[in-house]
Amino acid sequence: MCKMIRILFLILILFLPNRTFALIEVDITRGNLNPLPVAVSPLSIDESSRQSFEKMLKKKNIGSEISKIVEFNLKTSGLFNPLNKNAFLQEPDIANLKPRFEDWSLIKAQALITGKVNFIDGKLRVEFRLWDVLGGKEIMALAFTTVPDNWRRVGHIITDKVYERLTGEKGYFDTRIIYVAEEGPKTRRIKKLAIIDQDGANNKFLTLGNELVLTPRFNPTSQMVTYLSYFKNLPRVYLLDIETGMQEVVGDFPGMTFAPRFSPDGKKIIMSFAKDGNSEIYTMDLENRIVEKITNHPSIDTSPSYSPDGKYICFNSDRSGYQQIYIMKSDGSNVKRISFGRGLYGTPVWSPRGDLIAFTKLHKGKFYIGVMRTDGSGERLLTENFYQEAPSWSPNGRVLIFYRETKTDDKGEGFSAKLWSIDLTGYNERMVKTPIDASDPSWSSLLSN
Amino acid sequence: MNRSIIISSGLHVILIMITAMSLPFLAKKPIDLPPIVSVELIQITDKTNIPFAPKAKKIIEKIKEKEKKLVSEQAPPKKVKKIKPDSVPMPDDKVKKVEKIKEDKQNPEKIDNEVKQVSEFEKKELFDPNNIAALIDKSKVESAEAISKTDKITQDQQKSFQNAGLSLSEEDALKAQIFGCWSIPLGLPYNENLLVRVKLLLNPDGTILQSEILDHARMNKPGQGFYKVLAESALRAIKLCQPLRVPTTGYERWKELQLNFDAREMLEG
Repeated sequence: MCKMIRILFLILILFLPNRTFALIEVDITRGNLNPLPVAVSPLSIDESSRQSFEKMLKKKNIGSEISKIVEFNLKTSGLFNPLNKNAFLQEPDIANLKPRFEDWSLIKAQALITGKVNFIDGKLRVEFRLWDVLGGKEIMALAFTTVPDNWRRVGHIITDKVYERLTGEKGYFDTRIIYVAEEGPKTRRIKKLAIIDQDGANNKFLTLGNELVLTPRFNPTSQMVTYLSYFKNLPRVYLLDIETGMQEVVGDFPGMTFAPRFSPDGKKIIMSFAKDGNSEIYTMDLENRIVEKITNHPSIDTSPSYSPDGKYICFNSDRSGYQQIYIMKSDGSNVKRISFGRGLYGTPVWSPRGDLIAFTKLHKGKFYIGVMRTDGSGERLLTENFYQEAPSWSPNGRVLIFYRETKTDDKGEGFSAKLWSIDLTGYNERMVKTPIDASDPSWSSLLSN
Repeated sequence: MNRSIIISSGLHVILIMITAMSLPFLAKKPIDLPPIVSVELIQITDKTNIPFAPKAKKIIEKIKEKEKKLVSEQAPPKKVKKIKPDSVPMPDDKVKKVEKIKEDKQNPEKIDNEVKQVSEFEKKELFDPNNIAALIDKSKVESAEAISKTDKITQDQQKSFQNAGLSLSEEDALKAQIFGCWSIPLGLPYNENLLVRVKLLLNPDGTILQSEILDHARMNKPGQGFYKVLAESALRAIKLCQPLRVPTTGYERWKELQLNFDAREMLEG
């Protein structure tokens, strides 16, 4: 009997109405590309520390100055929208301890940066915190100690950390740019080597301008620079250590030498020599100074640049009749043309991320800075102008710096050359301020690495 | 005695089974069908510019005339240069012509004007208004049959409606809301598998009761920094958007929701 009841019960269960629902899935494939609203609260500072820093650095409130650097960096990246400080409801010192998230979400902030500055044993100690306003939690907290003079760098390092935490890729703010500073009339330009922080601060001239300098390029692994300079009308390739100021000649080369550039491991220099009207690509091992010929073709091969893994080289050549971009293996084999668009292509530079190649393109009298994938597909022209060239990648492969010249007027005046940066979206284009005219920029790797 | 017990229990079983089978339908509430699905079907047919049957042609011509008038009030119509048949096509022109033909494939009148520029092969394939009309008529009959079939909603269909996901317009409304809230981290690589699945438990008013990243373990794995950033941005978007634009009815249906955030399309540009 019991068995029968069980069976009946089971039958009843089977016929009970099925009220379960399948989980609904919704695919979100689009979002907005608006910069993320970020609140950068001024770093709080106690009175005694404030007075100490004021004496040393001649800055009224160093905490506020550092936060201004962070704010400026985030804004120039184009990915963040630092909110107006006048809208902040919470004082910096309290915000650093425990932010009232309701107050910050009220002004539409999605992330909040707070911090504290202290003067301890003659050193600058900066503590900062990154908060997820909507999540109501702290997502990063770091502290740096350094000499007070380094306060600008602290601002850049904080920005790098925030940038990395919120975007997933490394930042590019604690970096410098080496460039050729120019002055004088166009026919008699004085060109000297100069270096500047990526935000346009701390400009320093590295040479006096007695000799013509060209194409400075940073070593991707250290603060070493290679560049070309004319000594007694002969081109020489130099190595310059930025940190020590030590300079050495890599070699005197017969004929013309162009565009020396480091290999990704910094152990080699790749460049092109022109001899008897033919230009080929060579490498030089910096340890044993052995020179190796990479290309062997009657056409002009120049502007070589290594891929980040060092296995490939992109360069430009006119072997097809017009100047185009080619790639080859690092031993010179498997040469393959990758640019097929209209116009002339030059100055190819492989992205540090390895996915793109930046180039200058000349088409119908206009110069373009663009990028394409390493197989030549997906060409995108980011910016167009009367004259611009020499793109150089930021260390994270997100931003390009290049120089742009303006036309001279009928009297031969009005000429200028300035550094500009543009990100991969092509919308965030900015001029990098330099004290005098500038050309041929090269972006350093992260200093804090 | 035993025999009568067996017969009695057998009859009871039959009675219980009949009751059990009919119970769900008795328990079922009146179907709350959102009428939006059929509206969307109409919208789709309106927007599709497929060549039309003779009767429909007149109506569409009238609409076009109205539209032309509207356009002329705003700006003068563009002057389109006529291509001389004897002119020698330049390489640039060739490309443009091919593009034009592609665009006009759906419009028999425009094809008629451009037909001189099309190869003989394409002529045969594209230009036969009678055939097109015949096809349209046929498709009309077929679609009418399909509509008459769908008019009658069976109990099975009712069930599937209740069990099915959101209607297209409900889904669109929700998507549109989240699109506005989701700031895509632009630094992410476009060539990696970055799909973040978030399971939500919702209140009837659309506020979030609980949110859970389905691949949560991946967030803390080394080398998955990009995934973590994307997951956090997805959570921010959900929090920013709440209360979500959910349907006013059928809470049981959507109280659990899974959102799949996929930024590849946007990052590839």
